[in-house]
Amino acid sequence: MASAKRTSSYWVAVVHRVSGVALAAFLPLHFWALGQALEAGGLDAFLSWTDQPLVKASEWAIVTALAAHLGCGLRVLALELLPWRDWQKGLAASAVALTLGVGLAFALAL
Amino acid sequence: MRARIETWLWIAQRASAVVLAFCVVVHLATIVHAVQGGLSAAEILARTRGNGAWLAFYSLFVLAAAVHAPIGLRSVLGEWLGWRGRSRGVFVFLFGAMMAAMGLRAAMAVFG
Amino acid sequence: MERDVLDVRVWRGGADGAFQSFEVPRHPSQTVLDVVTYIQRSLDPTLAYRFACRVGMCGSCAMTVNGVARWTCRTHVDKVSEGGALSVAPLRNLPVIRDLVTDMREFFDKWAAARGSFTGRRTRADDFEAVRPDSPDRVRADAGIECIGCAVCYSSCEVVSWNPAYLGPAALNRAWTLVCDERDAGKAERLRAVAGDAGCHACHTHLSCTARCPKHIAPTAGISGLKRAVLRAAMKGEL
Repeated sequence: MASAKRTSSYWVAVVHRVSGVALAAFLPLHFWALGQALEAGGLDAFLSWTDQPLVKASEWAIVTALAAHLGCGLRVLALELLPWRDWQKGLAASAVALTLGVGLAFALAL
Repeated sequence: MRARIETWLWIAQRASAVVLAFCVVVHLATIVHAVQGGLSAAEILARTRGNGAWLAFYSLFVLAAAVHAPIGLRSVLGEWLGWRGRSRGVFVFLFGAMMAAMGLRAAMAVFG
Repeated sequence: MERDVLDVRVWRGGADGAFQSFEVPRHPSQTVLDVVTYIQRSLDPTLAYRFACRVGMCGSCAMTVNGVARWTCRTHVDKVSEGGALSVAPLRNLPVIRDLVTDMREFFDKWAAARGSFTGRRTRADDFEAVRPDSPDRVRADAGIECIGCAVCYSSCEVVSWNPAYLGPAALNRAWTLVCDERDAGKAERLRAVAGDAGCHACHTHLSCTARCPKHIAPTAGISGLKRAVLRAAMKGEL
């Protein structure tokens, strides 16, 4: 059967979900890496390992995922907790804008 | 009974989301500032060593994430993988416990 | 120049059926229901489909047209035809009985499970219960009461397809209109019925229901209202 045309809110929800799973997968690694600071020079050794382009690209992806998840999450909180207003349907656009803004800021800072 | 438990999971998810919204904004601002001119262990640790405020902040951040992530994963596992029931609950709980333990260890590591 | 024939693919059989192609004469001001009716009357009398009022009041003719759930009696061919091609299939998320006919029982069972019916407090011996039409609760209820149970929203909801137990937008919207009804005596029970993974908490605000509802109801608004009402009840220990 032909697939349905999806709403923009559906895609925002998918981004929200996929970015959340990515963050859940990343965080144990993140905590492990910081735990390396427990031994002398451990954190520096880890940080020099992260100087590779592939790692830098992944860092950008994770920071963008975090911004995306936050933006989409604020939209969910607004839709669920605030009384219903028609402008809330435009929150999808705001979520995207917030994500792009932060992703860009991070990319420029790298 | 189940409706009540699931309602409280929803509440915990939204409450931890509000805490995380605040923590993430601070964290993102810190990251963007910190990576300017390169990142080094010395810079990170100079900020966090012996600093009780950062320890408190990161501990709160870790615990909120350790509540928020498992409840989120629970939905994804149920809806996209069809995994429901007790074993799913045990899995996500253990995942959250692991996150809390590793995260608090990391927070202590940079506190020194 | 527009062709004077339509290439129509129609679902035949049950869930494991297939599309069958028909050529249908094209007319101005032709609806998809006109097309399906032509096929059944002039080309293949074994085609099974439902309709009743054919004027957009009953919701019986709801089907999936070119991938989107619609009322076929209110869908002009010109609006949906893709270069003279149309595909017509039964509503999604419901078991297929045959061809374009779905089994609506689970849709209405969930309506009942969400406690989608009114329970009053007064008897014929009492005076009328007065409700001001401009009270905030009544305005909220009125926004959702025009639902005719066509299942377009239910068929459009991705969460329904992911979670077989999910009550769905129509049942929850109806429950919301009753939660907002100050005359109704079953509020506590109803909130318990709509809470949880099978209820309002499973809604992920895709707004597919709201985008497709032919009556322009926003079930997501009602479901969000239920989330807030359940939250209040839980905080007060009344859930």
